[in-house]
Amino acid sequence: MSIARRIFGLTAAVGLLSQLWACSPIEPWVKPYERERLADPIMAFDRNPVSSAYMDHVIEVRSASRGGSGAAGGGCGCN
Amino acid sequence: MPRSWRGGRWLVAVAAGALCILYGAPSRTDVLPEDRADVLGTYYSGGGQDITGMSVLVRKKVGDHVSLSYNHLEDIVSGASIDVRTSGASPYREKRTQDGLNGEFLYGKTTYTLGVTHSYEPDYRSNTASFGISQSMFGDLTTVSMTYHRTWNDVFKMVCLVEDPALDYHCVEKVHDPSAFNGKPEADMDERSYGVGLTQILTRNSIISANFEVITDQGWLSNPYREIVYASPSNSSGFALAPEVDPSTRTSNALGLDYKYFLPWHAALDLQYRYFEDTWHIRAQTAQIGYTQPWHNFTFDGDFRFYTQTHADFYSDLFSAADAQNFESRNRELSSFNSFTVGTGVSYEFHIPHATFLSRSTANFRIDHFLFDYKDFRDLELVDPSKGIVVGSEPLYTVQLNVMQLFFSVWY
Repeated sequence: MSIARRIFGLTAAVGLLSQLWACSPIEPWVKPYERERLADPIMAFDRNPVSSAYMDHVIEVRSASRGGSGAAGGGCGCN
Repeated sequence: MPRSWRGGRWLVAVAAGALCILYGAPSRTDVLPEDRADVLGTYYSGGGQDITGMSVLVRKKVGDHVSLSYNHLEDIVSGASIDVRTSGASPYREKRTQDGLNGEFLYGKTTYTLGVTHSYEPDYRSNTASFGISQSMFGDLTTVSMTYHRTWNDVFKMVCLVEDPALDYHCVEKVHDPSAFNGKPEADMDERSYGVGLTQILTRNSIISANFEVITDQGWLSNPYREIVYASPSNSSGFALAPEVDPSTRTSNALGLDYKYFLPWHAALDLQYRYFEDTWHIRAQTAQIGYTQPWHNFTFDGDFRFYTQTHADFYSDLFSAADAQNFESRNRELSSFNSFTVGTGVSYEFHIPHATFLSRSTANFRIDHFLFDYKDFRDLELVDPSKGIVVGSEPLYTVQLNVMQLFFSVWY
């Protein structure tokens, strides 16, 4: 079987599954009343936004990599 | 059936599936971020530079559907990094300010975000506009988001016009130097960013977030202050300097993962990983582990971060000649290096007497220690042919930095 046919078959299977999955009711496996721990402030991804934005800037201007953290900022830090 | 239509048929099927997902999601509304205000003071020290800064963030809901936030930031940089020292320039003092306005608009389970940011330095001006949309689904177990940023940058180069050697910072008056940009006073650099994100509740105790971002730049991507080093046997030092020349386009991809786990004794574990690559053939990886422990009114944080990157394909610590290749850089941010960061912080929650409009307040202190260990960027200041240390044989550069933050937050 050619690679193109395999890719087409896989796409068809994923498409069919997504149709079946999407149109059936999805039961949340973690109920709202079971999310007390996740709602605790210590579980926040960004508990202190003003502090993490500053640290992201410090790190970004001293390395080549960027992005992937959902943060945005300005400034050069050129010299 | 034409091949193009065959592909389009599956696109329609996937789109219909996505519509089913959105239609089948319960219609409970999402929530806007909490109203809060933060005042932050920062101090950075290391590598010959001191940076003091402050930042203010105020966030307030307007009605049930709109949340606005404003951020003001100031940094004052003083001193001279190794790049400034080796170029022969004097220590300097410079201020950067940044203002940002952001709005979040909630409609059902969809949140729209609009933002603008303006950053000003004497030699760098930047304006950013951003748009984002996020959607909660599957009983709020899953949130998907898309973001777009567009940034317009103006790059300048400053030179000193009047110097006074009696002062700590010799330069009394600076002007723009058009010689760096072929006679123009400035150069343009535009940036576009496209991001998609997914946040998924996994269990009662764990949640994961994944973000993929493509950033593409076009324009003046060189740093007007950074210079290459090339061999020059006619000089007594054995080397000479010339401006760096970077390509005028760059595209990068980054995938970040963040996993949080609630530990049984009321603590949180945070694991982060990021992979980065770009068209300059830089590859970078970041791994971070963090731990958060509340205790009475205190919350303690500790984290460790490891970062490694490979160099750009046009980077070299020492070139054989000034024009050895089309693109040349000795910018240490484009070199190969490892970096290690250890950070710790403490937060104290308290109530301000008589301030009944405040629901809670915190005082926070945080310190981070960075070690940068360069693999192919040498310490040019140590070149001394009289002692047998010729250019290219001097020790590799390492630098340690400390960053301290003190901030107060109130919720209302």
